[in-house]
Amino acid sequence: MTPLAAEPIAIAQTLAVPQRRAGGRFDPLILLWVALAAILAFLVINPLLRLVLSSLEAADTGAFTLQNYVTAYGRPRYIQALWNSLSLGACVTVLCLIFALPMAWAVSRTDMPGKGAIRLCVLGAFITPPYLGAIGWILLAGPNAGWLNKAFMGLTGASEGLFNIYSFQGLTFIIAIYSFPYLFIFTSSALDVVSSEMEEAANILGAGTLRTMLKVTLPMVLPAILGGIIVTFLETIALFGSPALIAIPARFNVVTTQLLQFFNAPVRSEVAAAYAVPLLLITVVLFLVQRQLTSRRGFVALTGKGGERRPIGLGFWRWPMFCYCGMVLSFSVLMPYAALSQAALAKAWGRGWSLDNLTLHNFQYLLFDHETAGRSVLNSFFYAGSAAFLVLGLSLSIAYIVARRLLPFASVLSFLCMAPFVVPGIVLAIAFYAAYAPPPFSLYGTSLILILAFTTRFLPIGFANATAAIRSINPEMEEAVRILGGGRFLAARKVLVPLMKNSLIGAWLLVFIPATRELSTAMFLYGPKTRTMSVMLLDLSEEGNFEQLAALGFMLLAATVVIVGVGSKLLGGDFMLRRDRG
Amino acid sequence: MSKLVLKGLGKSFGKTPAVQDVSLSIAQGEFVSLLGPSGCGKTTTLRMIAGFMRPTTGTIAVNGVVLSSPEHSQPPEKRGMSMIFQSYAIWPNMTVGENVAFGLKLRKMPGSELKRRVDKILEVVQLAHLRDRYPAELSGGQQQRVALARSIVIEPDVLLLDEPLSNLDANLREEMRSEIRRLHDEFKITTVYVTHDQAEAMVTSDRIVVMNHGRIEQVDDPVSLYNRPQSRFVAGFIGRTNFLEGRVHGGTIVFPGFTAAAGLFPGAADLAGNVTFSVRPQNVALHHAMPADTSNGWILTGQIVERSYLGEYWDYVVQPDNSDIRLRAAAPPLDIHDIGTRVWAEIDPRRIAHIPGPRG
Repeated sequence: MTPLAAEPIAIAQTLAVPQRRAGGRFDPLILLWVALAAILAFLVINPLLRLVLSSLEAADTGAFTLQNYVTAYGRPRYIQALWNSLSLGACVTVLCLIFALPMAWAVSRTDMPGKGAIRLCVLGAFITPPYLGAIGWILLAGPNAGWLNKAFMGLTGASEGLFNIYSFQGLTFIIAIYSFPYLFIFTSSALDVVSSEMEEAANILGAGTLRTMLKVTLPMVLPAILGGIIVTFLETIALFGSPALIAIPARFNVVTTQLLQFFNAPVRSEVAAAYAVPLLLITVVLFLVQRQLTSRRGFVALTGKGGERRPIGLGFWRWPMFCYCGMVLSFSVLMPYAALSQAALAKAWGRGWSLDNLTLHNFQYLLFDHETAGRSVLNSFFYAGSAAFLVLGLSLSIAYIVARRLLPFASVLSFLCMAPFVVPGIVLAIAFYAAYAPPPFSLYGTSLILILAFTTRFLPIGFANATAAIRSINPEMEEAVRILGGGRFLAARKVLVPLMKNSLIGAWLLVFIPATRELSTAMFLYGPKTRTMSVMLLDLSEEGNFEQLAALGFMLLAATVVIVGVGSKLLGGDFMLRRDRG
Repeated sequence: MSKLVLKGLGKSFGKTPAVQDVSLSIAQGEFVSLLGPSGCGKTTTLRMIAGFMRPTTGTIAVNGVVLSSPEHSQPPEKRGMSMIFQSYAIWPNMTVGENVAFGLKLRKMPGSELKRRVDKILEVVQLAHLRDRYPAELSGGQQQRVALARSIVIEPDVLLLDEPLSNLDANLREEMRSEIRRLHDEFKITTVYVTHDQAEAMVTSDRIVVMNHGRIEQVDDPVSLYNRPQSRFVAGFIGRTNFLEGRVHGGTIVFPGFTAAAGLFPGAADLAGNVTFSVRPQNVALHHAMPADTSNGWILTGQIVERSYLGEYWDYVVQPDNSDIRLRAAAPPLDIHDIGTRVWAEIDPRRIAHIPGPRG
């Protein structure tokens, strides 16, 4: 017919030359597997291994010893810190349930007004670094000087303020107002797929709204709520920034602040390692429990499509419900943001809103005059960006190999990618310190160690997103390229990557955003020239420089809002709040 | 000479065999369907032909060159085949024109010739006016045509289709199956078509391969397959049928409740022991009384026990006297019998198929 018709036959004939590819033939993909495994060994296995080993070694001789554990848990106040962490986790979780459950139900299932605004504010709470919110609340509820206390004293003529943020209760509150979005996301995603028909089936049999919610809806989303509870608890006990800001001045310790003290001169990193190992174990066990819970059978409704969904009419309760949600969100967003912006633009924040108190000097000083602040801003964005690219490259390659079953034992790679998920940031930092601070690596204080630690820390987010992105693309899309004569690489370049473009940008942002504010990992690894914004914020708060502190926090927030805004434009408004973020 | 030859082809996943001992020769320009219920191994067979899977036993050869064997499988991109996927796999990031030109570009075809070929094929599938559209703007049928154009334009050695019509609605499916046959008549490309829909297979194919449990049950042209099924599975899968099971006793065949002279049945001389026959419902004619001419008919008397009206025909169930057999009969819309009435069922022996082999 045409010259082309002969060509496939010609191809087939050249293939007739027998190519030995039987059993022993070496597959170049094996090299890729080895390379990826080596990278993961460096990022994940070695640090954790060194953490455990160094906790069992004497600092000077390297001989096996249990002395570090005896030291770490030998004093009542060290045990007290552990107990404080656990009870803090429990209290925060309870408060989060009170905040999140009614809000999730109202937003997902009812005709409450302003649902879009509520969702937006939850996103606002979610992207606010908890330590920044904590600073806002120091301005609001610091004893005597805080705005709320001043207002209270002014109104009642009392000589003492009502609130003291420097307390266990204060710490619980400021952690909860930034942690409840986890529970909100878990619960509302679960509610979103419960079919209205399930509830209507209860209605038609005579159950009212409340009874239906308690007897039908709630039990169906219970596994998701339990999962959210565990995540909230674990996030709380792993949190470093807010306890450092609140608990240390309030003269009590939690595990994370105690770990920092082991790093104060003289550095006792092996004792810190020993102290961190139980935290790691608690986390691993609870995550296993969570997996068990969410994979349990019998809640099939959660996996299917929701069917048609009709919002439940709240009647009179529409506005009270809205006010409740608004109150919680003004705690976490409106009030601290107002306090922070006032301080950022003030000569002295205590003098309040007046024209002669307004200034931009704080921003100017930070960016141009301060020794390290300007650099810390650049550092944060550079480290976060580099880590995001590394995470994306690694997770894409591995997710592809796993999803297409290209190599045996690929699941080992995916396990290693997800493993850092159960390692609290602070534990990871100590592990990196143990593995790469001493020679031969001597990476302590370098940019590299921060980038690598961030890469490991956020690898699970990237991997979960890359896997979801690849799974969402029908393999037939690639097979169509191959049967028409294109190789695997061409298929990836021409079809796979263009189709995943948006998901990949999303994955990059989901790593980049938390990496710009990461504190607990940076705290133990930074050097004089590698301060990040988050570390800088903590330093400024120790100096009591709240105006400059607020200005720096403001820049961090502004950058985040811009990035999230761009992301929402590209990927749809709720990309940060989706449940599949790993 | 045979174009595509499968020899003793088998594929196991772990210990579970998906395809066993499939041998088949397909001639140059022939259109062959692999037909069977889901899980019968037809898609696995197709994917082995395409090179997406390596067989665990047997070989696949095109023009005498072995492409697949347990030791070596030529990757799909080097087979000179093309394939239409169940999901169509139209690339949403490329326009209709770019989708269709993709395979030709890979073959480094010069621009003018490429344009001519793309224009021509888009004309053939009636999509010339949609050339610069993106797939998301097309209907299901149009996407299907893009998939067809994209795989035919490279004039492949072998064209593979994996349930290409299963995502279309019923009317469009009928239209597209004729379209596929029309394109085959035009381009004469050797084609393997996987489907679970017998009508699709019968409309499009020169020969049909019926598969079940990973094995070939029968390979035949549509007419023989329907009228001379070689196994109970084939008779039941292709169209509706009644199975009559009996035992040969000298010159008569004893069925539960009634008997018939063996001479009436096809191939009577070779019948012995237990026998199974297949009788299509439309080959059972119902009468209110004994028909006048019974010279070459086999008459059974019985009672109507169930009936349903399906518009195009009546579907009756007749229970022969003294028997618990349920005989389905399809009768024209004006052939009305009430439940409980006595009927004479006339069966043309020439339309009875003897199912060989062990009673299944």
